[in-house]
Amino acid sequence: MPTVSMTVNGKAVSHDVEARTLLVEYLRQNCALTGTHVGCDTSQCGACVVHVDGESIKACTLLAVQAEGAEVTTIEGLAKNGELHPMQAAFKEHHGLQCGFCTPGMVMSAVDLLQKNSDPSEEEIRDWLEGNICRCTGYHNIVKAIQAAAQDSRS
Amino acid sequence: MPDGTGIGSPLKRKEDVRFLTGKGRYTDDFNRQGQAHAYFLRSPYPHARIDGIDTAAAASAPGVVAVFTGKDLETDNVGSLPCGWVVTDRNGEPHKAPPHFPLARDKVRYVGDHVAVVIAETYTQAKDAAELIEVDYAELPHNVDTAKALDAEQMHDDAPGNLCYDWELGDEAAIDEALSKAHHVTKFDLINNRLIPNAMEPRAAIGDYDPGLEEYTLYTTSQNPHVARLVLCAFVLGLSEAKLRVTAPDVGGGFGSKIFIYAEETVCTWASKKVDRPVKWTAERNESFLSDAHGRDHVTKAQLGLDENGKFLALKVETMASMGAYLSTFASCVPTYLYATLLAGQYTTPSIYANVKAVFTNTAPVDAYRGAGRPEATYVVERIVEVAARETGIDPAELRKRNFIADDAFPYQTPVALTYDSGQYGLAMDKALEMIDYKGFAARKAESENHGKLRGIGLSAYIEACGIAPSAVVGSLGAGVGLWESAQVRFNATGTVSVFTGSHSHGQGHETTFSQVVSEALGIPVENVEIVHGDTGRVPMGMGTYGSRSLAVGGSAIVRACDKIIEKGKKIAAHLMEASVDDIEYEAGTFRVAGTDKEKAMAEIAFTAYVPHNYPEGLEPGLDETAFYDPLNFTYPAGTHIAEVEVDPDTGEVEIVDWVAVDDFGKIVNPMIVEGQVHGGIAQGVGQALLENCVYDSESGQLTTGSYMDYTMPRADDLPSFRIDTTETPCPHNPLGVKGCGEAGAIAAPAALMNAITNALGREIEMPATCEKVWRACQGSAKQAAE
Repeated sequence: MPTVSMTVNGKAVSHDVEARTLLVEYLRQNCALTGTHVGCDTSQCGACVVHVDGESIKACTLLAVQAEGAEVTTIEGLAKNGELHPMQAAFKEHHGLQCGFCTPGMVMSAVDLLQKNSDPSEEEIRDWLEGNICRCTGYHNIVKAIQAAAQDSRS
Repeated sequence: MPDGTGIGSPLKRKEDVRFLTGKGRYTDDFNRQGQAHAYFLRSPYPHARIDGIDTAAAASAPGVVAVFTGKDLETDNVGSLPCGWVVTDRNGEPHKAPPHFPLARDKVRYVGDHVAVVIAETYTQAKDAAELIEVDYAELPHNVDTAKALDAEQMHDDAPGNLCYDWELGDEAAIDEALSKAHHVTKFDLINNRLIPNAMEPRAAIGDYDPGLEEYTLYTTSQNPHVARLVLCAFVLGLSEAKLRVTAPDVGGGFGSKIFIYAEETVCTWASKKVDRPVKWTAERNESFLSDAHGRDHVTKAQLGLDENGKFLALKVETMASMGAYLSTFASCVPTYLYATLLAGQYTTPSIYANVKAVFTNTAPVDAYRGAGRPEATYVVERIVEVAARETGIDPAELRKRNFIADDAFPYQTPVALTYDSGQYGLAMDKALEMIDYKGFAARKAESENHGKLRGIGLSAYIEACGIAPSAVVGSLGAGVGLWESAQVRFNATGTVSVFTGSHSHGQGHETTFSQVVSEALGIPVENVEIVHGDTGRVPMGMGTYGSRSLAVGGSAIVRACDKIIEKGKKIAAHLMEASVDDIEYEAGTFRVAGTDKEKAMAEIAFTAYVPHNYPEGLEPGLDETAFYDPLNFTYPAGTHIAEVEVDPDTGEVEIVDWVAVDDFGKIVNPMIVEGQVHGGIAQGVGQALLENCVYDSESGQLTTGSYMDYTMPRADDLPSFRIDTTETPCPHNPLGVKGCGEAGAIAAPAALMNAITNALGREIEMPATCEKVWRACQGSAKQAAE
């Protein structure tokens, strides 16, 4: 059984895992970080989006061993010192979540969008979210939240 | 009370921080000490006899704890999963409810049907071992097509012709006569496409048996844990309700699909005692597609008769509705009492007849999905009205208005059993027409034509029956349960309040909305209110969340419990202020002696109730009241949605360029949450009309649309932003004046969008209006034009 080591939310972790363990399984089971969700089995829904070395990635598309030595940030690592990340705060302010299941992936994906494009148009936001499925909100308030977070980060 | 938190305020949600920080707790996030994992072997055939199952190799595979089949359940007298609503057919006979065993005994009847369960140390070991099970299947002819069900191979011994029931409402002879005398009859046939609910959280269950206490705990993804407990104990597992606790923690969406009692949670509960370990199962998404109850699936013929002025005279509707392979928990009531009873829509149509034939097909069970029957009814009514407008040349908005039930006609008895309580249908429509600039449509259409696009506009004036439901009414119609709701409101000694509600949020934000209701009633800050839900071990018996009932029924129960708190509080306050109880006035958390400046705050009264040193003689200490609320009638949310689309005839792409919705939900507690519900409902309705379609291959019986690669979910770039507004006609028969908002969007949207698309195309197509279908229709139009 290979040993995998990485930094998750700033903390060094190391575990023996079956080689076939996906990163999302590793985070949920070995690290007990259950904020990253599994919503499908075809890498379509985006509920498992985390950041690996600063880039958003679906944690079901990566084996844990492929993240060897990586810096991983999950939804649990986004808020700092008890303060919501501005994207989390924007989702709350604009009611960008209902059941909350897609939310961690949505937020992690949206944070990466603003890293790459600080002033996205509505169309660019909707295009970017193509890989994140939400069944509750109709995306309306998610788009609004991301627009607001973008505006706040520029002002 | 602080500003911005009471009834009517868009208070930010109390539950959000835990969801936003990854601290939500969904069923799959739980792990029990020593748990084993279950994997269900499912039928690869749509219809087959099981001649034998050899589990020996699987049982000895690495890590396997046990393998069970239907025979093991039979030995332990595990019962059939019941349908909780008996529909009586047109001949006075009860519907056919064939046995639905959690694991198949002799036959499988759809692809995904449960054949065996493997329980192992790890999930992958269970899954690997399942491949070693040898099942001797003898394939039987199958049918997945609703329209062909009556002539297909019989699936159940006691359901000849695969007919579950042949039901009617109204007088067929009278309707035929009315239609024969009509000035104009519009005929319209339609298919209401089958959908897969797709809550983002897959279903999951952990059964956990405590041999010391001889008690089970079931952690599960349920919208109504008490109903799950009732059904599992009384009908399936033969347990005392005191011996099963069902807890549904955070639930990641449901839309109906998590109302029902499924095989998996039944087997996990039962097996946890058999193997003496907790047994956990979480669906893979492909299992959700295969075995979550699906929605819709109607084939309908409709006729609408009109007089020379466009007044509706008669509506005749004949529907075949698929039940799938087995009757799911509430399946039978969906195409009858939640469908045919809504066929009056917002109109004064004096004469209505509906015949519904519910049939079995070799597909997953079909049951309530967001709207449940009411979207199907609105689709019939609002499509045929639109077609009638086109045929008669009367403007679609004008035709609807001519037939609206007048504002002063309420309560209004429809010819299909319901009594509408209140409504202002013209007001909502006028507002929507103004918002979308209906008069300016012709100019916008011309502008679209200038750049090669086809533009269409479509209205949908929907109605729904929510607040489900008055127990005596549903009981007389065959429901096996009462549909009241409970609430316990408990003041804690230090002034905080714990509210235990039988409603259960699966995304609706009950913790926020209910806190606002309690805060307003008791005059305490919302942050001092804790809402407890979803756990039979903590909450009084309740009926759960579906049918847009949580606020109208569950919220009303909370108000009644708060009333009892205030009533008792007055006695304590009177004693403390040495006044007569009759002289005590209560307002916003303060008890006053009328006509004086003497007053006591609620917190002091609560403290006194628990520290009763100076207390009314004979009065029980404590401030903890329970209320059960049984609604007097359904509530009737209604409104108008208007969609405007642009179609690219070269690609068949439909762009929704505008969407306005004006809904009347009565009083609104939290407008932010209500708007979110409307957005989500519209998105699901747009999904049905534009993208989503459950397809079983007729030849193989396989589910062709069994993953997100094949079943088209609405994504962010498929949808526009929506413009929504409300009118407010309070519900006259519940204490909050509320009507419910959870399903409206899904009910209104498909008809609005299909009316817009067919308006643009100038011809009919069926849902979903995929690019291919729209493109073909455009090519047909072009060809016709050339000819």
